[in-house]
Amino acid sequence: MSDVSAPSEITAVERAGHWQSAAHRKRLRRRYAADRRLRFLGLGAIGLAIGLLGILIASLAYTGYLAFAQTRVELEFYIDPALVKSDDVRAGNFRSITRQALLAHFPEVTNRRQQTQLAKLLSPGAEWIVRDRVVAHPELVGNTIKMLVPVADPYDQLNKGLIRRDGPEPQRRLDDEAIGWFDKLDQAGLIHTTFAFELFVNADSRFPEMAGLAGAIAGSFMTLLVCLLLSFPFGIAAAVYLEEFAPKNRLTALIEVNINNLAAVPSIVFGLLGLAVFLGFFGLPRSAPLVGGMVLALMTLPTIIIATRATLKSVPPSIREAALGIGASKHQVILHHVLPLAMPGIMTATIIGLAQALGETAPLLLIGMNAFIPSLDSVGLLEPATALPTQIYSWADSPERGFVTRTSAAILVLLGFLVVMNAAAIYLRQKFERTWS
Amino acid sequence: MRATAEEIAMNEQVHTGTLGALAQAKPNAGGIEMAKVRARNVNVFYGEKQALKNVSVDIPARAVTAFIGPSGCGKSTFLRCINRMNDTIPGARVSGEITIDGEDIYDPRLDVVQLRARVGMVFQKPNPFPKSIYENVAYGPRIHGLAQNRAELDEIVMSSLEKAGLLREVKDRLHESGTSLSGGQQQRLCIARAIAVSPEVILMDEPCSALDPIATAKIEELIDELRENYCIIIVTHSMQQAARVSQRTAFFHLGELIEQGDTDEIFTNPKNRRTQDYITGRFG
Repeated sequence: MSDVSAPSEITAVERAGHWQSAAHRKRLRRRYAADRRLRFLGLGAIGLAIGLLGILIASLAYTGYLAFAQTRVELEFYIDPALVKSDDVRAGNFRSITRQALLAHFPEVTNRRQQTQLAKLLSPGAEWIVRDRVVAHPELVGNTIKMLVPVADPYDQLNKGLIRRDGPEPQRRLDDEAIGWFDKLDQAGLIHTTFAFELFVNADSRFPEMAGLAGAIAGSFMTLLVCLLLSFPFGIAAAVYLEEFAPKNRLTALIEVNINNLAAVPSIVFGLLGLAVFLGFFGLPRSAPLVGGMVLALMTLPTIIIATRATLKSVPPSIREAALGIGASKHQVILHHVLPLAMPGIMTATIIGLAQALGETAPLLLIGMNAFIPSLDSVGLLEPATALPTQIYSWADSPERGFVTRTSAAILVLLGFLVVMNAAAIYLRQKFERTWS
Repeated sequence: MRATAEEIAMNEQVHTGTLGALAQAKPNAGGIEMAKVRARNVNVFYGEKQALKNVSVDIPARAVTAFIGPSGCGKSTFLRCINRMNDTIPGARVSGEITIDGEDIYDPRLDVVQLRARVGMVFQKPNPFPKSIYENVAYGPRIHGLAQNRAELDEIVMSSLEKAGLLREVKDRLHESGTSLSGGQQQRLCIARAIAVSPEVILMDEPCSALDPIATAKIEELIDELRENYCIIIVTHSMQQAARVSQRTAFFHLGELIEQGDTDEIFTNPKNRRTQDYITGRFG
């Protein structure tokens, strides 16, 4: 320090003193402490968010995973030709067949009232499952078939340990007699817990053990398809016009402000608009995915327009200049250079918009897209339908205990779809970006 | 019909004749045979601000003209008037007259897209498209329909890369991205892209300011070669560069054209006091 040349010596010494003074060391310590605090604050915020998300998913998984399992009983059904005519299988009396198959294991139950009670062990859907099997294979009439059929909801819950076995009988859903019947079947090795494929294959049903999401998934898919086909081209066209062509005047400023406002309008308002305009004025069919998609498109449009404009703005001006400088016209600059570069951003925005639309409930309820769809035979853009979130809403509203787990399972399926959509978006985006830079 | 065509041709002759006379009449326009680009009383406004004041200049064909001057003096603004890139800036207004081969480029009937094909531009920062090297060069000929088939397009791409002195370096990786090249190579790719549409005039806006000295030397060499076939206008901050590559120099200051003339003369014997101050480094 001291061998610094003469003129700068004083300041250098002064500085050395300054940098080593206690006050300065204290200031340094405070500065580092502030850095650390900021980092911990951020970590804390993220930790809290991840923790809450974890709790949500864990609680859903805890109540929902049981809905992915289904208790079934293995029975031998004798397809009595006296009850089922081989030329008209569908009209056969399958209720008696399933009842006989179950009663065969309980010869001691002879009382008619008790027999009726015992028959409730099987899901009401059991007879249809047997019927469908025989309809598909009419040669089975007169034979005995061994099949797994679902048990009724209370027994399913009993098997999963969700309802009590002890305590005063009147406060329980199953009395000791019913539990005894179930245990007898269980001891005979006839009770199986298997994957509940019904959840994905069946449409809605009054009986929780038979209720599935296939109808809602089909409805959601069609609704989103309509939403995508409307909002993607219109959104991009509007954004391109506003960003690249529109003169900067009061009118376009007004339009801009209103697009931003539209993005903040509660979705239920869009539902009311759909109800009044699409159903009331244009007379489009109620509960149809076409109308649902149109309403969701209205809701998604501002999101796509705003995000597309932001990505268009972020395309480097040098690329526009390069294209203009070589004599590209406006549409060539936009279509050949700007839009392809903005595409990854536009795709992300679209998928975020669609994911938002997938989870939207209120507007769909208002146009009646919570129809009870017990069969997959009438799926179409103009047919009544339901969607995943409205299905969840309907199930959550149902009094049967079995629908509680069904609701959780449906939420998990919906979340699963969202995760898959986002993953697809990220994958597509990265693939796209590689070819373009 | 034929008569009118001849008439036009005659008119043009007359026109260029007067232009030549005018150029000769000017004391500092010594070496010009015929001006390719001719500007008279050009004013440019960005909103309220006047960026160029009454600029009149003659730029010869088959030579390099350098625009020099301190930052914000309007030299880039004037350059961007010649291919009407200022049109894309909201609030920019241009008055006065600029002609290329006697044709007014601000004539409302003139197609600006065709003008930009005739007047190529190379920018300050290399800005290749994020596409393959081949596609970068092929883009211009493709949108202007200069090639009838794939073979012709290949021919144009190869000869443009060759003229830009890049072919040897990239011929094995024509389908790699243009952005994967080094800065100097990217700039030469941009030059190849500009000459692929066979322009008559090439505008270069500080083409070497983002490059290292070796890459700069290569670009300067290239400019010297291109001079034989094109009218080149280069904006530069480096007076050494202007002295090295140009035959004509125009000095701009505060939006005005202070002095123009042969480069040798401007650098050795400037007429104007401010030119002298600038080239001797008294301000800049």
